[in-house]
Amino acid sequence: MKALNKNLPLETEQIDPQKVKQELLKKYPTKVARKRAKQIIVNKVSDGQEMPEIGANTRTIPGIITQRGCTYAGCKGVIMGPTRDIVNITHGPIGCGFYSWLTRRNQTRADGPEDDNFMTYCFSTDMQEENIVFGGEKKLRAAIQEAYDIFKPKAISIFSTCPVGLIGDDVHSVAREMKEKLGINIFGFSCEGYKGVSQSAGHHIANNGIFKNVVGLNDNVKEGKYKINLLGEYNIGGDGFEIDRILNDCEITVVSTFSGNSTYDQFANAHTADLNTIMCHRSINYVAEMLETKFGIPWIKINFIGAQATAKSLRKIANYFENEELKQRVEEVIAREITEVIKVRDEVRARCEGKVAMLFVGGSRAHHYQELFKEIGMKTISAGYEFAHRDDYEGREVLPSIKIDADSRNIEELEIHPDPERFRPRKTDEQLKKLQDEGFRFKDYDGMMREMSDRSLVIDDISQYESEQLIEIYKPAIFCAGIKEKYAIQKKGIPMKQLHSYDSGGPYAGFRGAINFYQEIDRMVNSQVWKHIKAPWQESPELAAKYACD
Amino acid sequence: MKKKRLKTEKEPYVATTDSCKLCAPLGACLAFKGVEASVPFLHGSQGCATYMRRYVISHFREPVDIASSSLGEKHAVYGGGPNLKLGLKNVMSKYNCGLIGVATTCLTETIGDDTSRLVKEFREEFSEVTAGHGNPTIVNVSTPSYAGSHIDGFHSAVRAIVDQVASNVQAFENTLNLFPGFVSPADTRYLKEIVHDFGLNPVILPDISETLDAPAASEYEKIPSGGTPIASIKSMGSASYSIEFGRCLSDAMSASNVLADRFNVPSRKLGTPIGLRETDIFMNTLEEISCRKVPIKYERERGRLIDSYVDGHKYVSGKRAVIYGDPDTVVGLVSFLTEIGIIPVLCATGAKNQYFQTAIKAVTEDILEETPVTLDNIDFFDIEETAEKLAPDVLLGSSKGYKLARKWNIPLVRLGFPIHDRFGAQRICQLGYKGTQDLFDITVNALIQATQDRSPIGYTYI
Repeated sequence: MKALNKNLPLETEQIDPQKVKQELLKKYPTKVARKRAKQIIVNKVSDGQEMPEIGANTRTIPGIITQRGCTYAGCKGVIMGPTRDIVNITHGPIGCGFYSWLTRRNQTRADGPEDDNFMTYCFSTDMQEENIVFGGEKKLRAAIQEAYDIFKPKAISIFSTCPVGLIGDDVHSVAREMKEKLGINIFGFSCEGYKGVSQSAGHHIANNGIFKNVVGLNDNVKEGKYKINLLGEYNIGGDGFEIDRILNDCEITVVSTFSGNSTYDQFANAHTADLNTIMCHRSINYVAEMLETKFGIPWIKINFIGAQATAKSLRKIANYFENEELKQRVEEVIAREITEVIKVRDEVRARCEGKVAMLFVGGSRAHHYQELFKEIGMKTISAGYEFAHRDDYEGREVLPSIKIDADSRNIEELEIHPDPERFRPRKTDEQLKKLQDEGFRFKDYDGMMREMSDRSLVIDDISQYESEQLIEIYKPAIFCAGIKEKYAIQKKGIPMKQLHSYDSGGPYAGFRGAINFYQEIDRMVNSQVWKHIKAPWQESPELAAKYACD
Repeated sequence: MKKKRLKTEKEPYVATTDSCKLCAPLGACLAFKGVEASVPFLHGSQGCATYMRRYVISHFREPVDIASSSLGEKHAVYGGGPNLKLGLKNVMSKYNCGLIGVATTCLTETIGDDTSRLVKEFREEFSEVTAGHGNPTIVNVSTPSYAGSHIDGFHSAVRAIVDQVASNVQAFENTLNLFPGFVSPADTRYLKEIVHDFGLNPVILPDISETLDAPAASEYEKIPSGGTPIASIKSMGSASYSIEFGRCLSDAMSASNVLADRFNVPSRKLGTPIGLRETDIFMNTLEEISCRKVPIKYERERGRLIDSYVDGHKYVSGKRAVIYGDPDTVVGLVSFLTEIGIIPVLCATGAKNQYFQTAIKAVTEDILEETPVTLDNIDFFDIEETAEKLAPDVLLGSSKGYKLARKWNIPLVRLGFPIHDRFGAQRICQLGYKGTQDLFDITVNALIQATQDRSPIGYTYI
């Protein structure tokens, strides 16, 4: 079971996490404190008892200064944004479209200069006051026509912003109408920002939309014996490119990636894969479930963050296909890559061993990046997600016990049935049983808390104030979150690593990514610049006094 | 709405592709950040606060806390009042704030929340809470994102602050109210220096010189120090004069008008002092107001600037520029470019502005025979199409124009907002003789570099 906190700096060991929790709650008004108390958990997993329950995916407290964004961000920014050959039109006033314009580092690489690549564009209906008053459907129709006339794209998608739902613009009927008129695929997303409680609702809406409107439209089966989909990988900083490289070397074919470096055709073709692998459980589990129900494709959780984790995931995929040749090849690739990884890791570990990290980001990274830190001997003593649900913290086994609140109830759950012609379970019941008897697990996500030690602090949707308190109390060697936290943390003299944008670095996935990460963390935690904050004259007041007296 | 197209006959596009403007609430947040101990607060969906924080933080590389009332679907139906009040309470309990600036978003404007009334109710219902946390001032401004741009939001917020806070509490002697518009922290510091050098006491609103450009210090500040003190704003009504920058600023959005109407503070409206001529007007005005001669320091700066204009003329004369961005920044840049001999072939701004063309004409008519092509309410797609035939040699504006610079293989001098692909945005200087000097050096060198890069030889003596 979990060992007690070995190798922690002594001071950290002595800090009582329960007291820290009280400290964090101290300044809140009573009602707020009561709510936050459910979202700040002192982890306890070593006793084999039930996982402590954490409050997650609940309404944001107004005025608390949250990291969270909105449903539009989750839908357009996260899920659909990385697809390069769909024209994404934001229907609404200009802000939403502008702020999601090239601000996320989801890289893409078109095959050639002739291929559609709309990544550097921002398309918006730029609704004005009169559209709010008199409706914006006419403008939307004209915008779709313009996009078609100028770009002749394969598909056009429409993203609703806050005013759209309120004024009653029906983007779906406009989409249907224009789809018929222009003969290309056009579909809308009702992802108004006020829906749900965070980006998570947007992920769900996007998953529904892409499954309903695109998946299954192209039955061409790709070449390749071992065909998988890589779900929940957004190719930030080139992560996806690195993973593709490794999978390529193993001769595993990626039919589609949801949605880093993706294209419309990939999505249309996704149902022809034989296995779904999930990187980010939170944002993409919906599509995985639907692909299984409709087409019979099983899914597994994998993780390409961390060299050991990458090796483990490759082996898991090979085990699934039950093919000796593939297993052999996977071992060869791992052996070849791991030499350099170990060399750099050991070098960096010498300088980073025992240092302490904190991670508060997203719905998946706060968990998986702990792997990379572990590999260089750094311990995560506090972590949390922005918009994850209880299953991302406690594991999927708690799904039945999660209460659906009013905000989540309004997010549509699609009713999916097995496809009459194309439902084809990829493994027979006997094959499944044999694998599971050997310890193979499907639909498996154990959540973040199980991999953290006792007494670590798990905090959901951390606020700006709580972050600052934690820093003051623990003085970690590094704090990981997003740009909104970056400069406040660095002004406190603590190195801060952005795990959304990678601080313009990356890739950090796979083997080469692990090497990048080790070197990057080494650079940050061992930086000497903080020594210079006090100027010489501030350090030696006697010096000043001497001149004054003379 | 039909876009104003002054020089081309083509039917304007309906959609906006590659926008050249951001939305109103962001401008309001920038303005509020210029007040001492302030926390901007967006009444609407939390996405707005998060997105705008990200944008502003990326530009200034400083922490920017913006609170949100985090409205959900229920509030869209029943109104956002309860969340606004709870949010205000929560902000007060965690920050020692002097001011909370509440700006609306398109959500709350569409559902028709009467934010003024809600704030008033809050003050009454929660007077004890407010008193227990130092009685912060709450200012509210209406900034729907479907009207205007971030600059309109900025000016509306500044005006709202003056309207709701300014009074005629006794001011220091020789107080000058200065409304610079959206200029950088470095420029704001320089303006303070200039006004001080004329023996005047400046009250600059907003003053982001420290709040959006703070040092790394051993003592951490939760709310960065700096910003216009509330006490100073309260004394604006008894200042000797107001100066307000921006030829494109409408009367309805003018903060100095409020002071003139209500407290009889005489006001001078000037163009943003970018370039020699606009700065001359500013210096002249200060000389008049202060009854002091322009200090030698600035005469020498001016002299050095003109000297450099002569030195650099051979590199810039006849070059063609496309300038885009906020209306008053563009007007100032166009004035500067015109006077150094660069031809502004296209002057563009993202939102509608009825004074834009007149202003461009005013700063160019003494030198150019024809008013340059001037377009408001356009996007980069339009800029690209229009400028394609104009053979520009250089672009001036925000990072968002990089795509064009890369396509046409010409330099982009990064100015304005947002700048996300270079370092040091908070230290960009454009104002006054010294700022203009920086601008001139950067522009000349950009053109020289382009020449050097294009040469197959690799000359080092240019």
